Amino acid sequence: MTQNGEIAIRTEDVRRHYAMGASTIPAVDGISLEMRAGEFVALLGSSGSGKSTLLNLIAGLDRPTAGAILVQGRDLAQMDSEELARYRRHTVGMVFQSFNLIPTMTLEENVELPARFAEVDRAERKELVRASLARVGLSARVTHRPSEMSGGEQQRAALARALVNKPSILLADEPTGNLDSKTGTEILNLIRECNDALRMTVVMVTHERALAEKYAARMIFLSDGKLAGNGGPR
Amino acid sequence: MKIQDLLELAGRNLRESKLRNSLTTLGIGVGVASLVAMLSLGVGLQELASNRLTRSGLFDQIAVYSRPEFRGFRSGEGGDRENPNRGRDLRPLDKAARLEIEKLPNVVEVYPEIRFTSEVRFGEKSQFTYVGGLTPSAKASDAFEKMQGTFFTSPNAEEVILQTRFAKTLADKPEDLLGHDVTLRYAERQALSSGASGGGSPAKKADAAGDSGGEGFSVVRRERNVRVVGIIETEPFGGMRSFGRGGIFIPLNLAEKLAPMGSSSSVRELLRTSASATTFQTLMVRMASPTHVMAAEKAIEDMGFSTFSIMEAMRNLRRFFAVLDLFLGIFGSVALAVASLGIINTLVMSVLERRREIGIMKALGASDRDVRRLFFAEAGSMGLLGGLLGVALGWVIGKAINFGTNIYLARQEFPPEKIWSVPWWLVAGAIGFAVLVSLAAGLYPASRAAKLDPVKALRYE
Ligand SMILES: Nc1ncnc2c1ncn2[C@@H]1O[C@H](COP(=O)(O)OP(=O)(O)OP(=O)(O)O)[C@@H](O)[C@H]1O
Ligand SMILES: [Mg+2]
Repeated sequence: MTQNGEIAIRTEDVRRHYAMGASTIPAVDGISLEMRAGEFVALLGSSGSGKSTLLNLIAGLDRPTAGAILVQGRDLAQMDSEELARYRRHTVGMVFQSFNLIPTMTLEENVELPARFAEVDRAERKELVRASLARVGLSARVTHRPSEMSGGEQQRAALARALVNKPSILLADEPTGNLDSKTGTEILNLIRECNDALRMTVVMVTHERALAEKYAARMIFLSDGKLAGNGGPR
Repeated sequence: MKIQDLLELAGRNLRESKLRNSLTTLGIGVGVASLVAMLSLGVGLQELASNRLTRSGLFDQIAVYSRPEFRGFRSGEGGDRENPNRGRDLRPLDKAARLEIEKLPNVVEVYPEIRFTSEVRFGEKSQFTYVGGLTPSAKASDAFEKMQGTFFTSPNAEEVILQTRFAKTLADKPEDLLGHDVTLRYAERQALSSGASGGGSPAKKADAAGDSGGEGFSVVRRERNVRVVGIIETEPFGGMRSFGRGGIFIPLNLAEKLAPMGSSSSVRELLRTSASATTFQTLMVRMASPTHVMAAEKAIEDMGFSTFSIMEAMRNLRRFFAVLDLFLGIFGSVALAVASLGIINTLVMSVLERRREIGIMKALGASDRDVRRLFFAEAGSMGLLGGLLGVALGWVIGKAINFGTNIYLARQEFPPEKIWSVPWWLVAGAIGFAVLVSLAAGLYPASRAAKLDPVKALRYE
């Protein structure tokens, strides 16, 4: 899966340091990398190596202590909180290890939420939700609440929610971490479909090297907040 | 986020923890209810008092007198005390003055207070009493509400209304007098023009002392039959409007026509003015509403007359009501302030509980502003619901108090009263106030929610 096209995400010496009393914890410590549009990248590394922190920086959920994060030519570090919210709404979709569906809302309402924030018209919203749920194969479960669904279904719902605003980047933080390998494979197949059919750039954090090798076009290794090595295309 | 979506989300969040939110809303409701209850009690009492007093005809009245002679008013010529001509500087309360006062803004009517003694005869019986003149507007007095017979048929009718107390001196059963004529015997002042005396039999002649001109007047004895049309229990306006007691009443126009000498009290005043130019001892001025009394009083005093009004004298009463309203309002607001603490508590709890949810919403693209507005919408909705509930509750409490009061009044043999009034501005104001207080209470929780760091909120604990 080679993408020769333009750069979707570029980080330039990005740092995220946490102040813990007198000392600082360099969760992300000077990372420069590039991801091309439509690329499927896996972020690997031991626990505490800074994978989630880097992903949150790319997601615009967190701000770097130093450095730049350029997405589609714009530096996230320079955006105000309103602009960052808009960026999260329209440009990225996120999937988490713990699904993070809102327990009081039905599946449909959960998926609809990002479209509400994006101020999409009601009628159009319904259509987006329907299409998104169809893509992950959950059309039959729209009125169920998260507690009534299996982990795999919940993660598919979370994926549908991440896709509803048709973002160009999908960020997944250990999406299979809470799933058995069969269900995990289902999810990864869906993610690959997003990458293939929708031409989305995918950045996936994972512990499992085997999965990364199977699905990702490229592996990036982190260690203590720094780049440990770049696996090229297989 | 669009307002509609905001309200929808707020609504579903409120429904999600029903018990807690409805308790909070109930708290606001109780606060608003106590505010409404207190204020409508104040308003009701005030309305009751002012309706009573307005109907009593006392508060829109100004009594106008000519200035007492012993008090200088224009120039402070203190050495003039012995000068007999000093009185000439005084402005007479005459027809011209009456016209001038009538032209003041918001004056409804100006009429002289006429009261004179007369002998009243019915058949064999005869009694002396005071005769009072009544304007057509006096009909509004509650004294005529339960009268026997009717009010005067016209402003000039030769008719009389008796007080029961006086009527009893003429007949054993006062109602027997209705429809019959009684005879008034009174003294009338009559101008002497070129020596020719007016009709009637002159009983007494007097030259106007101090008047160099040959003008003078005579006092003649007169008789006049008037028909009894009504009998009243109490004096109109509690006897206070005319500041004097009368046993019987005739239309004011009739009383003026009779021009009895009794309408001038002091002989000196009688003598000072020429007989042809009528002066009044007291003019009563009725204003369109009590609010106009002060201004008119000032204008009339500037003309050079003395005035008296209950309105002026009762200023303190109105101040009392203003203070009462204020206190009742503060008292009611305390309950609402306590309720607002409930809102703060509920929302802060909610922010803590929904940390993760807030984090998720932010990850999905909600801005800080969206989150803040969502919490505001929740606070405002609770305020609105609480306000509506409170107004309803307050209204019911008011009804209950009113009901209880009337049972008490009935036991004391008083007629029922409406001591409770919930005007629309109070309803709207209370609901608006509840929403405002709730929004203010939501300020802190909402900004806390908005500032929440999504990364921390999403880190699974
Ligand atoms: N809010 C914070 N305050 C202080 N230190 C933090 C904070 N968030 C993360 N860290 C630290 O930053 C480092 C990187 O954390 P991060 O969550 O990115 O690791 P990770 O690679 O995602 O690990 P895992 O595989 O266990 O999820 C860790 O040492 C963590 O303790
Ligand atoms: Mg992590």
